[in-house]
Amino acid sequence: MKNSGALKVTAQSDREIVMTRVFDAPRNLVFDAYTKPELLKRWLGVFGGWSMPVCEVDLRVGGKYRWVWRNTDGREMGVRGVYREVVRPERLVNTEKFDDPWYPGESLITATFVEQGGKTTLTAIMRYESTEARDAVINSPMESGVAKSYDKLAELLASGESQRNERT
Amino acid sequence: MQPSGYGRRNPDRLDATFAALADPTRRAILARLATGEASVMELAAPFDMSQPAISKHLKVLERAGLVSRGRDAQRRPRRLEPRPLAEATGWLEAYRRLWEGNFARLDAVLEELKAAKKPGRSKR
Repeated sequence: MKNSGALKVTAQSDREIVMTRVFDAPRNLVFDAYTKPELLKRWLGVFGGWSMPVCEVDLRVGGKYRWVWRNTDGREMGVRGVYREVVRPERLVNTEKFDDPWYPGESLITATFVEQGGKTTLTAIMRYESTEARDAVINSPMESGVAKSYDKLAELLASGESQRNERT
Repeated sequence: MQPSGYGRRNPDRLDATFAALADPTRRAILARLATGEASVMELAAPFDMSQPAISKHLKVLERAGLVSRGRDAQRRPRRLEPRPLAEATGWLEAYRRLWEGNFARLDAVLEELKAAKKPGRSKR
């Protein structure tokens, strides 16, 4: 059975983004997929021509990681950071800084993995140095040509409506 | 790799938009206005709320730039300003979609890991 839990993304405080997602797998596997290069390379940012030829991980407190993505069109994108906390398989805290930053400064990512009934809830809190940085982060160079806002507007309005009056 | 679009808008306004959207009554007001402009009295009608209470919500929406006032001096109809809402939803939506893709691929990886752990299944 394939579980695709709904991904929840919210803006929290003035410089954080919070994501939560449930995975149909025990947390040791999710933690592995988050920290083992051979697994990371298979899911993180690898779409639309992007692959991840460099994926180095030194998984210990103070250890560094270095990831580089390459696109078939020649573009490259690299990121590096340091692991601040490594509590396998429940908690991972690391810094993140892109080589060619599209948001200013460094961010701090806190991921927690909570298992219940064989499923794992991942909560990732991304903390940026400023509100501007947080707001800029959305414009990942990977995700180009995003608009679609008006579809979403309709959807949001519809959900607001159904929440308030069950019928109209 | 020039970031384009939403990152350039005013973050204060984005915060005001999110704050305004955090309330179900205000979202319902926006939903109503999406079907056409309406007076405060008309807006208050479907709610179990006084006109001053509705006016208060409208003020929050106006401050966030989500609602404006029409010309008719008598009715003072309110109308929806879709722009900031579109910016706000677009802002988070791009990010959400990027990660939704990542996590869908992660689902597939996890399925494989689970299958590999089960006895009697061949791992590849």
